[in-house]
Amino acid sequence: MSFLTLDGLGKAYGEFNAVESISLSIERGEFVSLLGPSGCGKTTTLQMVAGFVEPTRGRILLNGADITRERPEKRGMGIVFQSYALFPHMTVGNNVGFGLDMRNVTRGERAARVAEVLDMVRLTGLDKRYPRELSGGQRQRVAIARALAIRPQVLLLDEPMSNLDAKLREDMHVELRAIQKKLGITTILVTHDQVEAMTMSDRIAVMHGGRIVQTGSPFDAYEKPESVFASGFLGKTNALRGIVEQMNDRCAVVRVGASVMKVPHGGRRFEGDVQLYVRPERVALIDSSSMDATLQGRVTTCLFLGNHWMLQIDTPLGTVRASLPNLGTTPPQEGDTVGVHWSEDAVRILAETAHG
Amino acid sequence: MADSSSPPVAAPSAPRSTAERASAAPWLLAGPALLLFCGLLLVPLLLTAVLSFHAFDGTQGVLPTFTLSNYVEVLSDGYYHEIFLRTAGMALAVTVLCVVLGVPETIILARMKSPWRSIFLIVILGPLLISVVVRTLGWAILLGNNGLLNDALQALGIVSEPVKLVFTMTGVIIGLTHVLVPFMVIAVWATLQKLDLQVENAARSLGAQPFAVFRRVVLPQLLPGVLSGSIIVFALAASAFATPALLGGRRLKVAATAAYDEFLNTLNWPLGATIAVLLLIANIAIILGCNRWIERRFRAVFEG
Repeated sequence: MSFLTLDGLGKAYGEFNAVESISLSIERGEFVSLLGPSGCGKTTTLQMVAGFVEPTRGRILLNGADITRERPEKRGMGIVFQSYALFPHMTVGNNVGFGLDMRNVTRGERAARVAEVLDMVRLTGLDKRYPRELSGGQRQRVAIARALAIRPQVLLLDEPMSNLDAKLREDMHVELRAIQKKLGITTILVTHDQVEAMTMSDRIAVMHGGRIVQTGSPFDAYEKPESVFASGFLGKTNALRGIVEQMNDRCAVVRVGASVMKVPHGGRRFEGDVQLYVRPERVALIDSSSMDATLQGRVTTCLFLGNHWMLQIDTPLGTVRASLPNLGTTPPQEGDTVGVHWSEDAVRILAETAHG
Repeated sequence: MADSSSPPVAAPSAPRSTAERASAAPWLLAGPALLLFCGLLLVPLLLTAVLSFHAFDGTQGVLPTFTLSNYVEVLSDGYYHEIFLRTAGMALAVTVLCVVLGVPETIILARMKSPWRSIFLIVILGPLLISVVVRTLGWAILLGNNGLLNDALQALGIVSEPVKLVFTMTGVIIGLTHVLVPFMVIAVWATLQKLDLQVENAARSLGAQPFAVFRRVVLPQLLPGVLSGSIIVFALAASAFATPALLGGRRLKVAATAAYDEFLNTLNWPLGATIAVLLLIANIAIILGCNRWIERRFRAVFEG
């Protein structure tokens, strides 16, 4: 029995289904991300778990108890909102202590727990400040501390990093993940940022059109996307359209334009139209005369991004993107003719119809 | 150097005229309104203040001599004390009623769904479009001894005789509250719009019951709006003329009607001017005092 179970959870607003049906089992201490574009229903799902939105279908089970109709103040969940939703008229200390006041915690314990969580988010000494006197990053820490102070059974994070600048966001990913692991707190993160989902989660649930289209570890979700949508949403990818000519023991033989490629099918059956996906980082550039070259092409753009180069290569099959690590040498320049190569196992095959 | 404030990189001859034109522009733009303001408000006010220091004689009228006797009279006579105290009490009662009625009204309004919200906002603010005199006469009809309210009360057997409401303080306060409640609604509405609804959700997630959410989270954030609304309502109530004159009558004098009577009935203009000036001073003192207090109390929380 998992700790938190969403069982066929759905929400309809009149005719419009914001969330179709979400089923997800989360273990105690697990960090799960709901990842998807805006409008995919991820925030509505979180709001249903928090109790702010009443589901039209399905159940929510927490530790075996049905909490589907429980009021939010009874659920004991810590929530970090996108806007932080701090109490502007209260000091940091009172913001963090608010949940404890509602629980009639003794004065001594309140002080101790406020100090403890402020220390955890490294805000010690700022408890007399008002939210407006803090920076964006500090406000976010207050919001996290406030949610943690009540020692919630579940921590819900609603796009908590989207108002931070990139550098701060990366630091917060690491820090928040460390806190979550230390406390062993069951956490659901809602985000549209795939990097955020991948760096922090134990498991990612990719959402699209009010459904979960794939769940898995960040590595599996990235390496083995099960749908065209998941493949395009998680990271960058090169998509090639082809037709299956033959299924071997291990590989599908796919005709793509004028070339024929062998792709490992992993035991699944394919026929007719398929899509092939190759991640830019699995694309290698070699001498154009080499026999190993899968394709021939001409470099159209070459962008330097610090730790890697991003190249676009014009090939007979369309534009192929390649991401080359910066090893201190200059890659082929714009206008150069190159050979494009990828190994067979770099290619992911999906049926054309596997949308959603 | 007149140009010392202009940036040194700019050409030396050009910036002067542009800077001058730029600094003149606000004055030119504000000019017409400023002239109107001076001509129609400041000058009469100044003349009133000057008038209040003139003497008055029953047979000779206004005497162009300087005297403080008007102020001595108003400030030492129990009759005027009563009028000013009555004015303050009335304004305070109206302010309290406007808070009690206006704040929940605004909160309910803010929670309404899309078409109803605009409709009820218009219903609430609509009376501002009607003349105060007309509205007050309407109240006189409703509250009169043979008015709708008393007829209804008697028909229902709640009272045996008409409740006297017209020409009483109760009637004046009812009328003024109706006139002024929209100002409270507007002030609270403005604050309410700035409230982040997620903050209420945050409070609930932390274990606060709906009432605790309202008392500890929503209300404190509304307080600046309630206070600024109260200042507006208090100032308007204290200086109100039409409603106290029509619903209160000649006997139940407040500062504004007392000043009017001195001007037009006794023809003692200097004394009327004195009452007007003292009302203005009292009003300004109370408003500035409250404003200062609010700013000091809430600056740390709400600015920026």
